[in-house]
Amino acid sequence: MNLKVKWIDLPIVRRRFYLYTLAAVLVFVLLLLRLWYLQVISYEDLFDRSVRNRTRMLITEAPRGPIYDRHGVLLVDNRPAFQISVMRQDIVQRDELFSRLSSLLDVSAEQLEMRWQEGRRLPAYRPVPLIIDVERELVERVQENSIDLPGVLIEVRPLRDYPDPDAVAHVVGYLGEITEQELKNASFGEYRGGDLIGKVALERSYEDSLRGDKGQQLIEVDVQGRLLRMLQAQSSEPGKKVYLTVDLELQKAAVEAFGNRAGAAIALNVHTGEVLAMVSLPTYNPAQFARGISPDEWRSLLGDRRNPLQNKAITGLYPPASTFKMVVALAALREGIAGTNREIYCPGALVVGDSRFRCWKREGHGAANLKMALRESCDVWFYQVGLELGIDKLSAAAKEFGFGSTLGFALPGERAGTIPSREWKRRQFNEPWYAGETVIASIGQGYVLTTPLQLAVMTAALVNGGQVLKPQIVERIEDWEGNVTQLFEPQLIRQLDYSPQHWQAVEEGMVAVVGDLRGTGRLAHLDWLSVAGKTGTSQVVRRLSDEEEELLTGDEHIPYRQRSHALFVAYAPVENPEIAVAVIVEHGQSGGRVAAPIARDIISRYFRNSGE
Amino acid sequence: MFDRRLIYHFDWVLLLTVLMLAAVGIMNLYSATANWSYGGTPLYLKQLVWLGSGLFIAMLVCLFDYRHLQYLAVHAYIFGIGLLVTVIFLGRTTMGATRWINLGFINVQPSEVIKVAIILLFARLLTKMATSQGFAVRDLWRPALWLLVPTLLILKQPDLGTTVMVVLIALSMLVFAGLKRATLVWLAILALATGVVGWFGLHDYQRARVRTFLNPDADPLGSGYHIIQSKIAVGSGGIFGKGFLEGTQAQLSFLPERHTDFAFSVFAEEWGFVGCLLLLLLYLFLIAWGLYIARRASDQFGLFLAIGVTAMFFWHIVVNLAMVIGLLPVVGVPLPLFSYGGTSMVTMMIGVGLLMNVSMRRFMF
Repeated sequence: MNLKVKWIDLPIVRRRFYLYTLAAVLVFVLLLLRLWYLQVISYEDLFDRSVRNRTRMLITEAPRGPIYDRHGVLLVDNRPAFQISVMRQDIVQRDELFSRLSSLLDVSAEQLEMRWQEGRRLPAYRPVPLIIDVERELVERVQENSIDLPGVLIEVRPLRDYPDPDAVAHVVGYLGEITEQELKNASFGEYRGGDLIGKVALERSYEDSLRGDKGQQLIEVDVQGRLLRMLQAQSSEPGKKVYLTVDLELQKAAVEAFGNRAGAAIALNVHTGEVLAMVSLPTYNPAQFARGISPDEWRSLLGDRRNPLQNKAITGLYPPASTFKMVVALAALREGIAGTNREIYCPGALVVGDSRFRCWKREGHGAANLKMALRESCDVWFYQVGLELGIDKLSAAAKEFGFGSTLGFALPGERAGTIPSREWKRRQFNEPWYAGETVIASIGQGYVLTTPLQLAVMTAALVNGGQVLKPQIVERIEDWEGNVTQLFEPQLIRQLDYSPQHWQAVEEGMVAVVGDLRGTGRLAHLDWLSVAGKTGTSQVVRRLSDEEEELLTGDEHIPYRQRSHALFVAYAPVENPEIAVAVIVEHGQSGGRVAAPIARDIISRYFRNSGE
Repeated sequence: MFDRRLIYHFDWVLLLTVLMLAAVGIMNLYSATANWSYGGTPLYLKQLVWLGSGLFIAMLVCLFDYRHLQYLAVHAYIFGIGLLVTVIFLGRTTMGATRWINLGFINVQPSEVIKVAIILLFARLLTKMATSQGFAVRDLWRPALWLLVPTLLILKQPDLGTTVMVVLIALSMLVFAGLKRATLVWLAILALATGVVGWFGLHDYQRARVRTFLNPDADPLGSGYHIIQSKIAVGSGGIFGKGFLEGTQAQLSFLPERHTDFAFSVFAEEWGFVGCLLLLLLYLFLIAWGLYIARRASDQFGLFLAIGVTAMFFWHIVVNLAMVIGLLPVVGVPLPLFSYGGTSMVTMMIGVGLLMNVSMRRFMF
């Protein structure tokens, strides 16, 4: 072996060794300093993040509170429903899985794909619901094939159940998945994507009471979000029970009385303002929403020109027509314009300026006093009185009764309506007020718009000594230990100031409307119970000219949307009033012929029930 | 040829240090993969087999006198280049990079072979060229050329990590051999220029890594995920760590690549600052011992060989650790003797064998 050996200069090499060793040590010190920074100085922050990394708050849904009627009959409850969901991370072949599911369940694969896309915003540990409310038979089919359906889960989830959906839809409302907008809203802080929330009516306005408190489970998850174990749990608190003032039987009777007409009816306890019944027709089936409404169903509801989704009792605005006459009469009496016996001659029309305002009765009523003017609904009497009263006094009197403003009703969407005045018209149109407008306002037409709810409140005030009561629909709210957290209490909005004689004069007129054979509301008459009321027929379009009217022989010649609305307000019994009812039948043509019998049926059912 | 003195001079300190590091590494690997559910041989056992094979290869490397390697250096280099060219045509592509050659029973990574080849070649070159005056710029064209060819081939795969390693190893040897001051300045300028030009030559994913390194929170679930999760793992270990098998980041799979490039994060999470301190001291000792071996080498070739191997260890350790604790961008560099991987283990054990060889023959003339 002859290996060549060559030395390089030793002191230089030694220095380089020192330098290299020093450099290595320095670099390692730097690494250790960084480790010190991470593990000692930033420890708490990073440790926190590692905890948050591996734990998730799992929310357990709280059963939503049930809703009862005034007698404790269930209106809305929860029922367990099957739901087919998938765990995202367990899916291997989505297309294949969906096509298998779709042939098994007779659902289109596109629909499954749609639900899947929607569900992707849910957190990873939550299964994506594909089909909600599946029949037991289909569930069994899925179970039998579960080996071929990896990742598919059958979950049981509470769904809203409505024993009598038609009778209560507009009172209770429905639930829907929370929208992005609602989620963003600060007051919806308790919610997460995918949650159900009350969308309309009571489910909406009493959301806070009904929803209960969610439970929480602190769980440990791995990087895929799979549940590993539970660390902590806090059980959920079911939603409170809400008892309503409405009577299910009365609701049903009202719906039945309407037949297939459109409109709304409200019944109030005249002394307390409790809503005994409130229906709006046509109605819809809230159960459709509970299981997730299909686009077709939704389109057909929205497309229906009779607006099944609208609660006409509180959001429908109608000219009150002749049902408004009591208010005009009272104002005139108080102002001393008309004594109870003031007679005005009705030749069938009143001429004001260039315009001729016709009475509904073309041949005229002849000489009429207040009682007769109410009984036979003479328009000319009120034209004349209204004209003398002036729009501003008329308007003030109407507003006292609660018209023109909302009444603070518990359901969302209540509308104020319109009571015109000079000031109002200037603001609205920047135009002066014309006398002719006063004329038509005094028979509740023209600019005057009211809700059926306001008419019911007015009727109650007419017979309870002038108390304008806040209409209320919740009798009490109770938690599951039986503690009452909210209890009904009558609330007086305003005490009206009219003399007893004036009240009596108007009441007499209303009694005659039903009780007298010549009364326009004769069809509301009951043999066994004294009923009083007032008819109203409000034009939707302008009043037809004589020539036009002569061409018509019956309702069928007028297109539906041009037919007049039929109204009737009533109370009973006359001697000691308990219940006030307001009925509006959209395009019903005649208050006396169409609306009065509906009011009669509601009243009749009310007293039959309470008599039992 | 075999000398009794060799056994007498056997470097037990080196072997023990290496075994200790490998043992800690395998224990850590056991923890890092404890929650892996799929079947097959557990990774820590595989790594144990690789360690055994590596030790065997290291012993083989010890058997003959390293001085013979001077004459094989060019052959090794050409062999390495040959493999790198082969990989271009026959390589297996995984995750967008072609780095492997499938030899049927085993996958070989030519870029690892070239690391050793470069060390051998540079040791030979520098032995011939080194003077006490240091190199002028014009002296460097030959080493530069030798280095450029494999570097470009590896960059093409692309494998930035290995490229950087090869260049750093070569530079470390070159600097040790001595450079004129002016040469140092020129090199610094060159490095800067490479940095600027390199930025535009980088692949998108590589550029993203650099950007992510500069601001990992910009994309916490995307490219920043590795760095953030690794920092959380390391930091949440605290002073004393969460305990063996107790690291939530590792055991719940939040740490990516936790058996390979990010194995140290698992260790840091479970053993804390104290464990890291001890582990780093052990690594530092390995480096210092490597330098010590170089210093005691009986000839210049042995010296440069030991320097080269030590530089290889040093740069792998430092770049991997710095990456894991967020001091450097994520480049795929394994932690020697610690990260799972047969090729890395074998390369490092060849290095250990070379060190051992130099150490054992320090008194031979």
